[in-house]
Amino acid sequence: MTAPRPTGAGPTGAASGRRTVVTGVGVVAPGGVTRDRFWKTITEGRTATRRITFFDPSPYRSQIAAECDFDPDAAGITLAERRRADRYVQFALACSAEALADSGLDLTDADRAVTGVVLGTAVGGTMALEQEYVTVSDAGRHWLVDHRLGGPYLYPALVPSSLAADVACRHGLHGPAQVISTGCTSGIDAIGYAHQLIVDGEAEIVLAGAADSPISPVTVASFDAIKATSPDNDDPAHASRPFDADRHGFVLAEGAAVLVLEEAEHARRRGAHVYCEVAGYANRSNGYHMTGLRPDGVEMGLAIAAALRQGRLDPGQVSYISAHGSGTRQNDRHETAAFKWALGPAAYQVPISSIKSMVGHSLGAIGSIEMAACALAIEYGVVPPTANWSTRDPECDLDYVPNEAREVPVDVALSVGSGFGGFQSAMIFRRVGRPTRGGGPLPTSTAAERAA
Amino acid sequence: MSARAVVTGIGVVAPSGIGADAHWRTVLDRTRRTGPITLFDAEGYPTTVAGEVAGFTAGEYADTRQLVQTDRWTHLGFAATRLALADAGLPARAPDPYGYAVTLASSSGGNLFGQRELQRLWGGPSRTVGAYQSIAWFYAASVGQLSIHHQFKGPCGVLVAEAAGGLDSLAHAVRTVRRGTPVVIAGATECPLSPYALTCHLASGLLSGVADPAGAYRPFDAAASGYVPAEGGAVFVVEDRAHALDRGARIYGEITGWAATHDASHTTASTGVAAGPDTGPAEATPATADPAGPADPIWYARALRLALDRAGVTPDEVDVVLPDALGVPRYDRAEAAALRAVFADRPPPVTTQKPLTGRAHQGGSALDVATALLAFRHDTLPASAGPEDPADGCDLDFLREHRRPRSRVALVGARGFDGFNSALVLRGAPPPRQGER
Repeated sequence: MTAPRPTGAGPTGAASGRRTVVTGVGVVAPGGVTRDRFWKTITEGRTATRRITFFDPSPYRSQIAAECDFDPDAAGITLAERRRADRYVQFALACSAEALADSGLDLTDADRAVTGVVLGTAVGGTMALEQEYVTVSDAGRHWLVDHRLGGPYLYPALVPSSLAADVACRHGLHGPAQVISTGCTSGIDAIGYAHQLIVDGEAEIVLAGAADSPISPVTVASFDAIKATSPDNDDPAHASRPFDADRHGFVLAEGAAVLVLEEAEHARRRGAHVYCEVAGYANRSNGYHMTGLRPDGVEMGLAIAAALRQGRLDPGQVSYISAHGSGTRQNDRHETAAFKWALGPAAYQVPISSIKSMVGHSLGAIGSIEMAACALAIEYGVVPPTANWSTRDPECDLDYVPNEAREVPVDVALSVGSGFGGFQSAMIFRRVGRPTRGGGPLPTSTAAERAA
Repeated sequence: MSARAVVTGIGVVAPSGIGADAHWRTVLDRTRRTGPITLFDAEGYPTTVAGEVAGFTAGEYADTRQLVQTDRWTHLGFAATRLALADAGLPARAPDPYGYAVTLASSSGGNLFGQRELQRLWGGPSRTVGAYQSIAWFYAASVGQLSIHHQFKGPCGVLVAEAAGGLDSLAHAVRTVRRGTPVVIAGATECPLSPYALTCHLASGLLSGVADPAGAYRPFDAAASGYVPAEGGAVFVVEDRAHALDRGARIYGEITGWAATHDASHTTASTGVAAGPDTGPAEATPATADPAGPADPIWYARALRLALDRAGVTPDEVDVVLPDALGVPRYDRAEAAALRAVFADRPPPVTTQKPLTGRAHQGGSALDVATALLAFRHDTLPASAGPEDPADGCDLDFLREHRRPRSRVALVGARGFDGFNSALVLRGAPPPRQGER
């Protein structure tokens, strides 16, 4: 096969007039693998958090997690892929296949040359790395580990780039491949990176999303050490309590989501079903603390404001916010402040929910799972609830859609993420088919904003 | 018109030296800086040679509190960033925080730190890890720390594309500049030198098992035997050209083209392998792998071509190529074939300095960018560190002597394990006139 000549005039920046739409969705989540089961789980308000079953969690402070009942055979993972790929990569393979099938794309060789893969992960192959470590070190006895005992796929476990590589290999995709690893904002940032590739003419189609399977002793112990995860071991089903006054930390989870992002004209030409378009994406860093958040939420607010500006949207046009809503004391307060900072009085009108109340916090993956939820919310006109909400926190005084899904037209869905390292990301999906204001080049960040 | 992005600062922390000047001297003198591994006792491993940053004192670049929270890979990043900012004439603390961002590549995170904590968890009595494990091991640790320390509050990023990502981080810096952030710190450092990271690495089947440092890493040579791993890398200040001109900054050159593609096939070693008895090449090669697949140069060639097209450069304008130079025969042949394909059988001069330093993954591809920009700065294309005896199929025009650049256009190529291909085109600024800084 010969490669077609390069297409596109090359990167032209944000003023190219190219737009990104979502034409396929694939999800692996706790409580139900596949897109439809995921949507059913979160719109029914069911929680998928439970006592950890992957290993004996009794030595640890937090003994609960949201695990996926993932069957590699049912998900179509080949034997060769199972040997090579750690669990999180298998999730991505399953989601990618589901998303591609959903998109109806019948990829030609020419398409494959301009189809990229951009996937996020926070902790990559930690699960496989830890298991192999126990073997080669004889359960931590030796610093100079025995290399002869290591498995043949240790290198792909060490380098999380294998996440994008394995998906590209499965589907024969030759466009730009990349892994984005900005901790817990990886899932939004990967879709954002893919969006920029499409807008700049570097790709026509991108499989974009994120995957993480961090439920292993080292990750559990890491979050124990800083008391970030919930110790509510007696009642796992109600342990993830975003925005509730009685919240005690996040519940660790695993999962993945992949979206098919496509240049809008490409999708239109083939008559594709379009879930929504990417109307805006921005990220900022708080420059404050690796794990701590300033209560004012300014940087998340700036990211939201920049994303709104790209989409030429007013705060009042936001119909749903998929919150980061991790359920830690400081996050939910920080985030509530950010919504008020960015949206003003409109923050009090918009329904806001955290699906982490049901599917837990799958670190880098959750940002993409939440973007999948936004696409489905626009598609079906239903906002998923915040489960386990019962007691109002005076510092969290917005409409968090407690416990029951709400039927409401969703034209503009905003999702945010916040992660270790101080990263704050915001992304907006918008229903297509309605006119937008203005035209011409999109604004870039201004000196005034940077000075804010 | 989109903003143009130029490089105004270079920070090298690599086996070749600490600081751009030290690196350049090593390159000019062709001094090999690889040697026996000293960071741990590597005697019992099939690979015993690596490129380490000699004389690195982390305390010169960060305070104790920062150092205890972070891995050596991040320490190297602290130093490289500080050097790059100083080189660019920028203050350590961003004067306009939302106008500054940092996007680095990291292919394996905090290996030494992570292994110590795994040992504590599994070998100790308490089933605990320290409070910093959650912020030191993961791939975003360096970028998060740098963002906080230097007040880089614009759009930050962390990329992983194995060795190719060093170039991708610079490409993404240009995207970020074009979207309105005038200063972006980009590049990569790595430290894959812990016993467990080396063990993982050995499973790739690509490392050299030659114990003599002088002969261990010989890309494009008939005696190629795999590569020597290395730590370190390079970090750059990428800046909106107008912003740089406004403040009278020295400009090394412009990033004019970039591209990435993927082979859509896995890397399979067929030779040059130093793996243990249970991880030999036969074992590491799935039965389904197409032996012709990964070494097929089509998609690598396409990345090189796309980068040139985006830069608006014709192949005959290219002054010099800095190749990936894996040092594994079939990949060396594939790279040579890709260059012949892109340059219509008449590739420009090729120079690689990787044998001097070892291969620092994403840090290594960033280091090649530093070499190219310094070559234009010093008006000298440096001679290639080998091959002495080019292998069949690797008959490229390797620079045998230092010489003057002509068009001042460099093409840098990089490939990452399991199919990543990236390319970057740099246009060097004119050399300084005598007496200029």
